[in-house]
Amino acid sequence: MNIVVCVKQVPDTTQVRIHAETNTLIREGIPSIVNPYDIHAVEAAVAVKESAGGRVTAITMGPPQAREALKEAISLGADDAVLISDRAFAGSDTLATGYILSEAIRKLHSESPVDLIICGKQSIDGDTAQVGPGIAQRLGFTQLTYVIKITEIDAPGRRIVVERQLERGHQVVEGRLPALLTVVKEMNEARYAPLPNLIKAAKYEPRLFDLAGLGLDRSQIGLKGSPTTVRRIFAPTPRAGGAIIADQSQTPAEAARLLVEKLQADRLL
Amino acid sequence: MAEHVTESIIEHRDVWIFIEQESGLINPVGFELLGEGRRLADDLGDKLVAVILGRDVDELAGDVFARGADKVIIVDDPVLKDYRTYPYRAGLVKLVEKYHPRILLMGATTLGRDLASAVATEVRTGLTADCTELGIDPETKLLTQTRPAFGGNVMATILCRLSRPQMSTVRPRVFKLPPADCDRAGELINETLAISEDEVPTKVLEFRAHTDHSDVEIETADVIVAGGRGLGGAEGFGLLRELADALGGEVAASRPPVEMGWVAVDRQIGQTGKTVRPKLYVAVGISGAVQHAVGMQGSDVIVAINKDPEAPIFKLATYGIVGNLFEVVPALIEALAGVERTSSDVSCEVVEEDG
Repeated sequence: MNIVVCVKQVPDTTQVRIHAETNTLIREGIPSIVNPYDIHAVEAAVAVKESAGGRVTAITMGPPQAREALKEAISLGADDAVLISDRAFAGSDTLATGYILSEAIRKLHSESPVDLIICGKQSIDGDTAQVGPGIAQRLGFTQLTYVIKITEIDAPGRRIVVERQLERGHQVVEGRLPALLTVVKEMNEARYAPLPNLIKAAKYEPRLFDLAGLGLDRSQIGLKGSPTTVRRIFAPTPRAGGAIIADQSQTPAEAARLLVEKLQADRLL
Repeated sequence: MAEHVTESIIEHRDVWIFIEQESGLINPVGFELLGEGRRLADDLGDKLVAVILGRDVDELAGDVFARGADKVIIVDDPVLKDYRTYPYRAGLVKLVEKYHPRILLMGATTLGRDLASAVATEVRTGLTADCTELGIDPETKLLTQTRPAFGGNVMATILCRLSRPQMSTVRPRVFKLPPADCDRAGELINETLAISEDEVPTKVLEFRAHTDHSDVEIETADVIVAGGRGLGGAEGFGLLRELADALGGEVAASRPPVEMGWVAVDRQIGQTGKTVRPKLYVAVGISGAVQHAVGMQGSDVIVAINKDPEAPIFKLATYGIVGNLFEVVPALIEALAGVERTSSDVSCEVVEEDG
C-alpha cells in the first residue's frame, strides 16, 4: 500500500483573537501545532502500513516553517515527506488548495501509484472539511469521509471497508481503491514517537514541490484562483451571559418552572 | 469562440435548497433552509427551488412546497436509495449545469458537507462551510456568508464574487423552522440520472444506529447535560442521565469527574477533552474554569446550576440558577415531565399546479 497522508500546520486556535481596533487577527506569539485531526490521520496511515505493508508519505502545503509539521509526521512513523510551498500559493481558499494538493499527489502517483490518501476530518483553524473531498474529486479517488475505523483492506482485490461516524450511527461502507479517507479523532490513539523516529525526524529534510515543479495553472492558485474572498473579519458578539433567573430565595420548583418557560420561549423544548 | 460567448452570457438565477432526506424522511435542516432561502429569494426577486434526490421521494414534494418552495426538482432513481457521494454528486452537478442557480444552500450535516465539497469542486465554485448568517448585499446582490473561524474566536464574512452558484452549508437549527402552509403549491419537475450501479465505487453494507447513549458522540448532540465535581460521585451522574433523558440530550462532564472515574473519558469537555457547540448546554455543579469554558462556550444557550453564586460559569450562562443541584435537578425533571414537546412534523399531500 502506497499511502499519502495530508497534514496542516495550524495556529493553536484557542489563543487566536481579533484586535479590537484594527479588526485584524492577532497571531504573534501564538504557537503553531499540527492540526490535531491530522495526527490521527498519520496514526491511521502508519497502522495500515504496519498491517498491509507499504510506505507512508506525509505532505503539507504551507510556508517553509511548515516543515516542522512534516518532521512531526516523520517522528510518528511516516517514511517520507513533501513540503508544497511557494509564495504564489498564499491566499488559496479550499478550492485552490485542493487543486494544488491534488497536483502534488498526482506527481507522487506518477512516481509510484498511490492506493490510499488519508486526511484529518477538518482543520481546527478553517473547520471547513472541504479540502479532503476536493482532492478526492479531482483525482477521481473514492471519497470516504468521517471514517472511524478501517475494517478491511483487500489490496489485491482493490477494495477497502470502513466504518463512518454519522449523526445517528455508524455506516459500514465498501469502496474501491484508490480511495481518500478523512478520519475522526475517535479512530485511534496517537502514540508517542519512539526515539529512533525522533532522531530521524530531527535530521530529516523533506522534498520541496513548488509552482514550477508542479507545473500549475496560475489562474487556479492563490488569491486569484480562489472563488471565495474574505470581505471582513470581526470579533464574535460576547456571550450575553450573567443572567441569574433564580436564586436561593425561590423554591427549587419555582426555579425549575422559570427555566422551563425560558427554554420553551427559545424553542428548545 | 461562439461557445465561449454563450457561456459568458449565462444568467444565473434562483435560490436552491438541497433537501436532505434519508429513507424518505426529510432532515428538518432542509425546511429551515427553505425559510431562510425564501427571504433571500424575495430580496433578489428570484424563485425558491428545492431539490430532492433519492428513491421513492415523490411524496415529499408537498411538504417542501408547504415550507415555501416555488418549484421542486426531483430526481428519483434506485441508485440514489442510500446516500453515496458519487451518484448524488453526479445528480446535483447535472442539475446545476442545466439550470444555473445563483445560490445553492445545504445543511452542514455529515451528508451535506460530504456532498457540498464534492459538488463545489466539480463545478469549480466557492463553498462556505457552517454559515451562521446569510444576507444579500444591497449593491452587488452578492450573498454575504458569515461564519465562525479559529474555533469560534473570529467571525468572517465571505463572498463568492464571480463563480456560480454561490454555495454555503448551514448547521441544523441556526435558522428557524418556517410554518407549514399545506395550501401552497408549485411547479414539480422530474429529472433523470443516467448512472448505473456498476459505476458507483461504493456500497453501503450496513448501518448500525446508536442504540445506547454511550454510543452517541457528544460532538453531534443538540442537547448536552454536563456534570462537574459538584455531582459528588457516579450516582450523581445517574441523576444527570434522568435530566438528559427529559431534555432529549446526552451526558458529559468536566475534567474532575473523568479523573475520578465517575464518567468515561470520551465524555470529557474542555481543553483536554472535546469541543462542543450544542443548542443547549446545561452545566450542573461545574464551576466553569477557563479550561472547561473553551470546550463549551460556543453553545447557543447555556444553563448553569450551581450553589456558589460566585462561580465563573454564571458569567457564561444564558440562564443561571443558584441553588443546590440535588434539589433543583429533580424539580427540573419533574417540571419537564409536564411539558408537551413541539414537533416539526407536518405532512402535506402533493399539490401540483396546472400548466
